[in-house]
Amino acid sequence: MLKAGLRLACPRCTTEVVVVRAPADEVMLTCSESALVGVDSAREETGHPTTGTDGMLLGKRYVDESADLELLCTKAGPGALACDGRVLGIRGAKPLPSSD
Amino acid sequence: MDLNLLLDMAVTGYGDRTAVSEGEDSLTYAELGRVATLGARLVRRIGADAVIFVGPSHPAYPAALFASAAAGVPFIPLNYRLGRDQLEDLMAGYPKALVVSDEPWIGEGMPGRARSLRSYLATLLDDRGSSEEPDAGPLSPGQTDDVAVVLHTSGTSGTPKAALLRHRNLASYVFTTVEFANATDEEAALVTVPTYHVAGLANLVSNLYAGRRIVYLEAFDPQRWLETIRSEGITQAMVVPTMLARVVRFLDGADARVPTLRTLAYGGSRMPIPVLEEALARFPDAGFVNAYGLTETSSTIALLGPDDHRAALTSNQPRARARLGSVGRVIPSVEVEVRDDGGAPTAGQLPGLIFLRGDQVSGEYAGVSVLDADGWFPTGDRGWQDDEGYLFIEGRADDTIIRGGENVSPAEIEDVLLAHPAVADAAVVGLSDDEWGQRIAAVVSIDGDGGAVTSDVLREWVRDHLRSSKTPDLVAFWPELPRTATGKLLRRQILEDLSSTLATENPTAS
Repeated sequence: MLKAGLRLACPRCTTEVVVVRAPADEVMLTCSESALVGVDSAREETGHPTTGTDGMLLGKRYVDESADLELLCTKAGPGALACDGRVLGIRGAKPLPSSD
Repeated sequence: MDLNLLLDMAVTGYGDRTAVSEGEDSLTYAELGRVATLGARLVRRIGADAVIFVGPSHPAYPAALFASAAAGVPFIPLNYRLGRDQLEDLMAGYPKALVVSDEPWIGEGMPGRARSLRSYLATLLDDRGSSEEPDAGPLSPGQTDDVAVVLHTSGTSGTPKAALLRHRNLASYVFTTVEFANATDEEAALVTVPTYHVAGLANLVSNLYAGRRIVYLEAFDPQRWLETIRSEGITQAMVVPTMLARVVRFLDGADARVPTLRTLAYGGSRMPIPVLEEALARFPDAGFVNAYGLTETSSTIALLGPDDHRAALTSNQPRARARLGSVGRVIPSVEVEVRDDGGAPTAGQLPGLIFLRGDQVSGEYAGVSVLDADGWFPTGDRGWQDDEGYLFIEGRADDTIIRGGENVSPAEIEDVLLAHPAVADAAVVGLSDDEWGQRIAAVVSIDGDGGAVTSDVLREWVRDHLRSSKTPDLVAFWPELPRTATGKLLRRQILEDLSSTLATENPTAS
């Protein structure tokens, strides 16, 4: 079960994410078809075949609205993240005015 | 989800940018990352279980904050304006803490645990840093559920409390309200809010995550503040209402002439409408943002943005215009509920107690959570929401005056008093009364040339604008009203001082 604050990584590329909003149901998270692992797990970083996407960009938030999932990319990588096979989209919300 | 993650991202994303400066002292993001790690090794070497910071805004402040996060111990900024006795009382709870402070007495009785702001930073920054704090194995950095910061609330109407903010509270606030690296190279934020206040803390982490250069100005002065905006090309500034009032008075009707300033944010206490209207006229090119939040909610939970200010100011409808006095709408990641005294949501737009829920809401004091079973935090503030969700704050529930069974909000009467041309500052409190339960007492300070104004004139003024049941039963004139550094009225002190003055003047009436 995912939980907000959980840090995950791709076993084959440099991508790392943190869960910002977790769905209530169990979901399968993958990075170019490799299942994500805990950020402290052993990783090989053997790379992915070309994904034809921009990859995961540092600091961008990725969402899957149908699963109520939001991830924040904390380390960039070339893979493409998916939730139950659905490729995640970049969250394009209107930014709040700067209050700080 | 923790502060370490946030700093790692900043170092990776824009390490070469200047993160923070005060006078001649500054740190890049990469340097901040380095001194955080070295500071954490220092914490570990001396066996510290917390990092206490007692001082003004300086690059040593973020350095100490992120060192404590990297070491996995709480960061505790304390009010350096407190007396030694009070500070020692607060510090007694952390006998093993590393203390970063310029207080001359700090260091007595804590050998090896105290550092001045400059020596702390300078030692870690220069080459000695790495040799004095060698890598002696992995650190155990703060995690999602660990306490990141302990903040002592001001306790203007009650006893001060130690509020706990966990890493997930602060990180969630930043991750959901700030777009990573959204600041351009030339953006710079001028910060004049105190280090020991949630606004100073939230401001710091938000700007770091946005990649904005932070310029600290200690010892606020209107002229220096305006000059710093011009000389540093400041694009964002945050002030408390009392500072904006001083700036407006200093400008004396002239344009502020700060073309680089895009956003002027204010918060920390209630903004008097006359000051705001005057400020909007003096800063015609800046977007105004009112931020409302509490220590226990990791700061901002509602915002009145630049468009809201403009719409309210140019509207000829009283309802829309009144929104200038609101705190705007609640941010998307936080839920709000206004409840009556029985705990049920109020009908329509009736006022009640404000409850909040969301990941950034901690609602926790020294290990005791005050969240209800469904995760709602009772803010202790009273307020109401209009039909478009704009939130109006009436003040602390504890400050509500109950006169003859009627709830009277001091803020409503204070706003009317402040609108009188002779009144410089005003506070309204409830004095206990055998007949009415409470009587309404106003304490005002008068602008220099307003000497002719009398108690009767001001009572008449309030009666004309509100109604007789909200008219102060007495008006006292004081040279100045006590406020906190963020401009909150010290109501408890005002009530005590007023009661003792009245008892002395009129000992037979209790």
